[in-house]
Amino acid sequence: MGRIKTIARRTFLIGSAAVLGGVAFGAYLYKKPVANPLVDDLADGDAALTEYVRITADGVTLITPRADKGQGVYHVQAALIAEELDIDLDQVTVDPGPPSPAYYNTALSEEAPGFMPTDDRFAANATRTVMDAAMKIMGVQITGGSTTVADSWDKLRVAGAVARETLKAAAAQETGVAVANMQTERGAVILPDGRQLAYTDLAATAAGLDPVDNVTLKDPSKWRYIGKDMQRIDIVPKSTGTQTYGIDMELDGMVHATVITNPRKGGAMLSANTADAEGMRGVLKVVEVPNGMGVIADNTWRAFQAAQAITFEWGPAEYPAEQDDHWAVLAESFKKDHQDSQYRDDGDADSALSKGDVVTAEYRAPYLAHAPLEPLNATVLITDNRADVWTGTQVPRFAQDAVADITGLDKDDVHIHVLMMGGSFGHRLEIDVITQAAHLGLAMKNTPVKLTYSREEDMAHDYTRQIAMARMQGTVKDGQVEALDLGIAMPSVISSQMGRLGLSVPGPDAMITAGAWDQPFGIPNYRVTGYRSADLAPISSWRSVGASTNGFFHDSALDELIHAAGADPMDERIRLAWDDNSRAVLDEVAQLSGWDGPSIGANRGRGVAFCMSFGVPCAEVVEVTNTDRGIQIDKVFAVANVGRVVDPQNLSRLMSGGIIWALGHAISGEITHSDGMTDQLNYDGFEAMRLYQAPEITVKGLELGDHVRGIGEPPVPPAAPALANAIFAATGQRIREMPFNKHIDFV
Amino acid sequence: MQLNVDGTTHEVDVEDDMPLLWVLRDEIGVKGVKYGCGIAQCGACTVHLDGVAVRSCQTWAVDAVGAEVTTINGLGTPNAMHAVQEAWAEHQVAQCGYCQSGQIMQAASMLAAIPEPADEDIDAEMSGNLCRCGTYPQIRAAIVTAAAKLREG
Ligand code: FES
Ligand code: FES
Repeated sequence: MGRIKTIARRTFLIGSAAVLGGVAFGAYLYKKPVANPLVDDLADGDAALTEYVRITADGVTLITPRADKGQGVYHVQAALIAEELDIDLDQVTVDPGPPSPAYYNTALSEEAPGFMPTDDRFAANATRTVMDAAMKIMGVQITGGSTTVADSWDKLRVAGAVARETLKAAAAQETGVAVANMQTERGAVILPDGRQLAYTDLAATAAGLDPVDNVTLKDPSKWRYIGKDMQRIDIVPKSTGTQTYGIDMELDGMVHATVITNPRKGGAMLSANTADAEGMRGVLKVVEVPNGMGVIADNTWRAFQAAQAITFEWGPAEYPAEQDDHWAVLAESFKKDHQDSQYRDDGDADSALSKGDVVTAEYRAPYLAHAPLEPLNATVLITDNRADVWTGTQVPRFAQDAVADITGLDKDDVHIHVLMMGGSFGHRLEIDVITQAAHLGLAMKNTPVKLTYSREEDMAHDYTRQIAMARMQGTVKDGQVEALDLGIAMPSVISSQMGRLGLSVPGPDAMITAGAWDQPFGIPNYRVTGYRSADLAPISSWRSVGASTNGFFHDSALDELIHAAGADPMDERIRLAWDDNSRAVLDEVAQLSGWDGPSIGANRGRGVAFCMSFGVPCAEVVEVTNTDRGIQIDKVFAVANVGRVVDPQNLSRLMSGGIIWALGHAISGEITHSDGMTDQLNYDGFEAMRLYQAPEITVKGLELGDHVRGIGEPPVPPAAPALANAIFAATGQRIREMPFNKHIDFV
Repeated sequence: MQLNVDGTTHEVDVEDDMPLLWVLRDEIGVKGVKYGCGIAQCGACTVHLDGVAVRSCQTWAVDAVGAEVTTINGLGTPNAMHAVQEAWAEHQVAQCGYCQSGQIMQAASMLAAIPEPADEDIDAEMSGNLCRCGTYPQIRAAIVTAAAKLREG
């Protein structure tokens, strides 16, 4: 495992620090460490490191900086540390840690603009390094982009190993036994005579030692956790109703609140009549918040009822009031002066398109809500000298800044406690609910206030997935795809999202063509152009971000051309794929599904689709039957290369969940606007998949290459095009617009 | 009014039409019962009224008077799980887990009425419970395991 050590030396240093009652191990970042919140109140300020392991006489705590939105990352992160530390997960406490600039997420920058995740050339790596540095300066603590596993893979294991070796050195100092003669197991150093010294008893001695940083990571054959099915540490609480989510927060004397803000997202509140609301049972206070009003009451339902009793006059939104006009803006954006990027321009597309029959098509993908089942919420307690916030958030640093601004408190006096999230899919990258809660908390100083959105408020204000449109032209020759020219128009999700956090990101928005320009296909004349439309309704990252729309556009276009060429959809994709790992993924899914062509019997069909996103090539085969009640999805086969499968069961759950997510939204999901307001305000208008529609799903993770990747998002982009391609195979009808139920019925 | 929840009687002072969901969560402090939609679309709030699954967001407080209300927290506990909860843990059904209280309560109610459910029964009984994380294949598998456990007693 020499490579890991090199990385450890180059980009991070594992160190230790004395903490009250014991020792902490973690990573020093670069030469100049970022201040560490965990030792702030404890040590003399000298020990500034990102803690991953803390051992005191009371026990062992593993600190997992990436938030868990339901994808099981707490246990994956804990397992990586525990693997090397030689402790079992039933012996530790897992703590998500407070917000801190030290917990920066390196893996996000692998999506640096203009370089494919498979591209290891010097220039690409140099750019990533610059991005790393930039992210460190910004102190980015973001859980997103499927980066958790990639980010944790080296650091957490090395931290566990350094801790283990330092504890052995402490045992040597206490007993005089040579380190070479010691073993470690279940949280203890074991001496040759069988005596066991618990880590918790060695912590004080270890705190006085220099950390042993010359460590060798375990050979994969010795792994106890990695690569094996693990029992998620949250599984019993989540099966017994005892898991505490943000919405379950309870504090002594706590009051309940809700808000209603302008349903024309971002628009002003012109007036509000709160007289009726103020007189209602249980209402304690009605308070203005940005663009709306909040009601504080003694019960959430009473707050909901009172908020409904307020009459408002709302100002307009900045985006077009009617949905058709959003589409019109996109349709007008396929022009030179809107061009944002053209990262792919192989061969000579113009000349290829000037010869022979040109295949053309236009595709559309609508706005979509995140709508995690737990509505947004935040609990705050604000006093004269301190603010505490309990909430499920993916961006605790930004929340901390915003609350400091609103309260006028020092940033160090704002404490964000990240709680378990009932799903996110990108929803909890936004901090409106936290800033609103801070306003309510200021109006109720010294009293804890829990702000809960109604489902309607949550959906009215969801910063949705981008709306997008694509136009394709292509040609075929001698049974092969000869030219593919794809233009994609959408507003910039990065500038919308970062703008709300007060950041501006210069240069092209890589998300406008992510999942399209970066596909590993050797099409002779191959051009992908991104067009940045004017800003429309505010948008945000939605599970797989740009690739969620572009994977559909790109693979659908490719499938149409393969059909025009008369080639087999699987064979032609395999022939065109120049990346070995991508070809392996396609080969494997062909095997797994028993692929022998798109036709599988009367009224039945199957489609394949491929998308590389977040560095993960993923191929899916969908089988459908055209029944007299509509299209039924029978089976899905999916294969992805993630480099290393940390927990096979968790991987298969995330892949299967991602596929159901993507298929459900492709079938029926859509957010539209009328009079500037969101039309779909609850699950009756935004249903996604139900149990009776869920197909049988078979998945497989490959372990090729040495990059470790996350799997939360990559299964999403190929699912919709694979379904559309299967419907074409079964019915001859090409569906180019999501949601598909606008064009065909489903069971 | 008096409500019997998970075997304990609680005196609460609420409007007749306050949804049972909010009486349970905010007045009595039973947090395993979840709010997802408030309009009978998601099933996260499912509890048993005299053993039968109902949506507590659609049940008025006054309608629960005199009935035995069972919530996920009363069905079983981490140290003494109900067979359905055991099956859910064995199959590692939960992702975010937010819908699972309701899924488990719905499944337990179904299995009490239909001890050996066919696939179509599961489709019909469970499709009102939404799972945004897409755990449906694991839910189906866990129901089969739970049914076997319950039959063995
Ligand atoms: S909250 Fe009752 S069904 Fe959704
Ligand atoms: S597990 Fe997340 S909603 Fe079902």
